[in-house]
Amino acid sequence: MKTRIPVVLLACGSFNPITNMHLRLFEVARDHLHQTGLYQVMEGIISPVNDNYRKKDLVSSHHRVAMARLALQSSDWIRVDSWESEQAQWMETVNVLRHHQSQLLRYGTQMEGLDSAAPELKLLCGADVLKTFQTPNLWKDSHIQEIVEKFGLVCVNRAGHDPKGYILGSPILCKYQHNIHLAREPVLNEISATYVRRALAQGQSVKYLLPDAVIAYIKDHGLYMTDSSQKARSTQKNKGKTS
Amino acid sequence: MGTANPNESRLTEGSAPRGRVATAGDVDVPGKMKTRIPVVLLACGSFNPITNMHLRLFEVARDHLHQTGLYQVMEGIISPVNDNYRKKDLVSSHHRVAMARLALQSSDWIRVDSWESEQAQWMETVNVLRHHQSQLLRYGTQMEGLDSAAPELKLLCGADVLKTFQTPNLWKDSHIQEIVEKFGLVCVNRAGHDPKGYILGSPILCKYQHNIHLAREPVLNEISATYVRRALAQGQSVKYLLPDAVIAYIKDHGLYMTDSSQKARSTQKNKGKTS
Repeated sequence: MKTRIPVVLLACGSFNPITNMHLRLFEVARDHLHQTGLYQVMEGIISPVNDNYRKKDLVSSHHRVAMARLALQSSDWIRVDSWESEQAQWMETVNVLRHHQSQLLRYGTQMEGLDSAAPELKLLCGADVLKTFQTPNLWKDSHIQEIVEKFGLVCVNRAGHDPKGYILGSPILCKYQHNIHLAREPVLNEISATYVRRALAQGQSVKYLLPDAVIAYIKDHGLYMTDSSQKARSTQKNKGKTS
Repeated sequence: MGTANPNESRLTEGSAPRGRVATAGDVDVPGKMKTRIPVVLLACGSFNPITNMHLRLFEVARDHLHQTGLYQVMEGIISPVNDNYRKKDLVSSHHRVAMARLALQSSDWIRVDSWESEQAQWMETVNVLRHHQSQLLRYGTQMEGLDSAAPELKLLCGADVLKTFQTPNLWKDSHIQEIVEKFGLVCVNRAGHDPKGYILGSPILCKYQHNIHLAREPVLNEISATYVRRALAQGQSVKYLLPDAVIAYIKDHGLYMTDSSQKARSTQKNKGKTS
């Protein structure tokens, strides 16, 4: 009688807009955890960032939440949560994790309720986010520690990144590496939301990069018709947020 | 073969549209009588199974041709290869055609054609092009019928296929010439390939490079059907890599439950077929 540890995956980010790559993160992470034999992933949560994060070209959170909801219509285990986006201020990732952890302790998952043991909540991100832990003054050291010690990280590799190297280069990450799960996505699926926004502004097709329902929403609401950023990379702070 | 009267549908003298980005519906510039050359794109391949990357090839190619200001893409055709091609792990063509049909339900311009797969034998790409060209001359596209000028049929492929033109004894030189001279090629770049280099390295391709259109997909979207088959055989998720309806079909019919090929690359001949 071997019981797996129940897990919930939480992804924070702009989701501006949500793409098939964001959705793949969840699928790859779940498969990876299941293949260890140790975990059972109960639920996935997408938490779009607060508008006050003030990232360039960030459309209103009610649109970003609506698009995520449409994208997740065909998923039976991932849901979108608007709590973070509804707060008065932008908040650091660790606060979002603490909020959802207390919700899980109080109510269980939306799937299972409180029948089963309280799941472990883990932060799901791409390797690019793991790299940002090195950026001076971007993350508080105490927050990094809390994320990897109290919660845990599931990190999906991306082209051009070296997550093992990032871990080895950080004493905190090294210490808690047993709580950092590195998943690989052999498919090169680098669907950059930045590129998607630019393509939309230029009238190019983004079909098959995002769910059809999301594309229809974007057209119906006239989103992303202009693109202020012509640079490939944003230079703004990126506190644990995927693009 | 090719347009009966090339001058008919060529641009009249004048400048390109100013400040306008070509979109799918753009045919005429206001205030000017300017006709674009109608084009149909044909992709040959295993489609084993069809993935979002295959579908992206069409979208990227169409946008690229539209942005030149010279072309209007009327239709896209997916032509799954004949079972007699005998590639490893190739599931029956009636499944591959059915999956492509499901994948294309949400497309208003791309369709699947089973003619190639229904022939008694495998056939070379140039024969498939000739067949579809004669169909277009006889009946027009399934969208427009014969009302408009006969479209130019172009072969759509990834840069990996362009590279295979160099492989000794894989393609007949006369076929390569016919493809680039009589039809035309639209080639979508892939990571790790150098299509301009492939063209420069071949006299035939160089000569007809005006008829080879190189489109770029800035999104790295390398969804390998080989990987998809392996993931399916291992019980891993392929959601968001292929349309949901295709995944459901695969599950309903128990396809790709085993995966004989563990190598990353197939060593078999690959005559103009995408994986």
